[in-house]
Amino acid sequence: MHENDRPILRVRGVVKRYGARAAVDGVSFELWPGEVLAVVGESGSGKSTLLNAVSARARPDAGEVEFLTRHDGPVDVYALSEAARRLLARTDWGFVHQNAAEGLRMNVSAGANVGERLMALGERHYGRIRAEAGDWLRRVEMDVARIDDSPQTFSGGMRQRLQIARNLVTRPRLVFMDEPTSGLDVSVQARLLDLLRSLTRQLSLAAIIVTHDLAVARLLAHRMMVMKGGRVVETGLTDQVLDDPQHPYTQLLVSSVLQP
Amino acid sequence: MNPTDLPAAVERDANFNFGYLDERTKRMIRRAILKAVAIPGYQVPFGSREMPLPYGWGTGGIQVTASVIGPQDVLKVIDQGADDTVNAVSIRRFFQRTTGVAVTERTVEATLIQTRHRIPETPLAEGQVIVYQVPVPEPLQRLEPRETETRRMHGLAEYGLMHVKLYEDIARYGHVATTYDYPVMVDGRYLMAPSPIPKFDNPKLHMNPALQLFGAGREKRIYAVPPWTSVESLAFEDHPFEVQRWSQPCALCGSTQSFLDEVIVDDRGGRMFVCSDTDWCRQRRPADA
Repeated sequence: MHENDRPILRVRGVVKRYGARAAVDGVSFELWPGEVLAVVGESGSGKSTLLNAVSARARPDAGEVEFLTRHDGPVDVYALSEAARRLLARTDWGFVHQNAAEGLRMNVSAGANVGERLMALGERHYGRIRAEAGDWLRRVEMDVARIDDSPQTFSGGMRQRLQIARNLVTRPRLVFMDEPTSGLDVSVQARLLDLLRSLTRQLSLAAIIVTHDLAVARLLAHRMMVMKGGRVVETGLTDQVLDDPQHPYTQLLVSSVLQP
Repeated sequence: MNPTDLPAAVERDANFNFGYLDERTKRMIRRAILKAVAIPGYQVPFGSREMPLPYGWGTGGIQVTASVIGPQDVLKVIDQGADDTVNAVSIRRFFQRTTGVAVTERTVEATLIQTRHRIPETPLAEGQVIVYQVPVPEPLQRLEPRETETRRMHGLAEYGLMHVKLYEDIARYGHVATTYDYPVMVDGRYLMAPSPIPKFDNPKLHMNPALQLFGAGREKRIYAVPPWTSVESLAFEDHPFEVQRWSQPCALCGSTQSFLDEVIVDDRGGRMFVCSDTDWCRQRRPADA
């Protein structure tokens, strides 16, 4: 499935310290076009910090993050100018927050939320923006009649869908997700996971999903990385890691999952 | 009323420094103004002083006026287009008392005009300076409350968010419902709040021969549009910028090109539309009216 022979994201030796303590301590990995990578680990293992560092939201103290751009080949994202980095972040990338309110503008309508990236890129035709927004609401299985409603009136699951639509409207090639389904009840979670799985496949999105929920990783990810204390302790194909964990910590993690 | 029938002349009070502000403050503000003129539409921070009137009454405009006014200036002060409203009368008297300059109600006679909420209908000329009182200098403030973020957006010219606001208006009301303080793009670079002038006045900002200065006292910002600078009102291709129109002319002077105020004349629903710019209206009426 990898028609491209170069990784879309190459992370080398990323270190991020908070004071003297390293929250992420020398993490390297590669992500290929269309691949979904899950980063799992307990709270405080550094997975969210790693996500922020590789998504150019927090400059790491050491290491390199190289992204394969559409036209200019691989670039070091922290060597880009701030303007170029922000442009990249709102065109070729998406970022789905755990709390949808952080990723949405809660005081403007759903349609404006989805259209914001288009307008930021210079689209100045109201009719086209609205049509595109409606189209994306449909694709995330939302009721198009709610295009003018404020996200304040939406349930948690709908807000999360809206956040996903808002990110995908520019057809990014790489999406970062920070616990996209935690905080939702299980039935809503299941439908959202289903949607995410079909969207990543249809759009051949590369994605990094940070989660503490191994079931989410199992459903969505091709490959997973297990983190503990800021380091990667195990990495491999999702099924392989979950069915035959090698590292003691991974074994503990897998055996801690409750079976209903 | 005869246009020269101004309220009894106010004597200059020698106990005040010329223009009320001390010389170092004026120098600081003039520096901010020079920077603002050099970067059209850019909000220059300045050390706004306490003024003898509350914020929101024109403290920013007064400080700018006090810093650029000279003894030879002829001052006009308007509030909502009128020369005889409380704000205008008070500020005019303030400058008469602290500078002793000549004052006028005629737009053409004035060299310096301080205004709240309007641009005079009479076209301004080269050499004139117009000072706007600004309550909220940051056009993005309602949409993005973090100032660190709005400053970065100005720095990188990321103004998509302003169109989100216009989108929201159209989605909700079917048209752009913003009728005053309508956001503009200055010289193709900086997004600017034109102060709460009606959008009817926005086209007058564009390529205006006068120097336009904006002072926000509470927010401590000064910005400017130099003469002959392009000022474009934001819009969508399929929802172009439009100004207000009235179905009737001014009831007093018959003007069809001016901004009209609706005035209720009795308690039986009687109303009339009259020019908001009192000087414009008076100049157009026969002398005996």
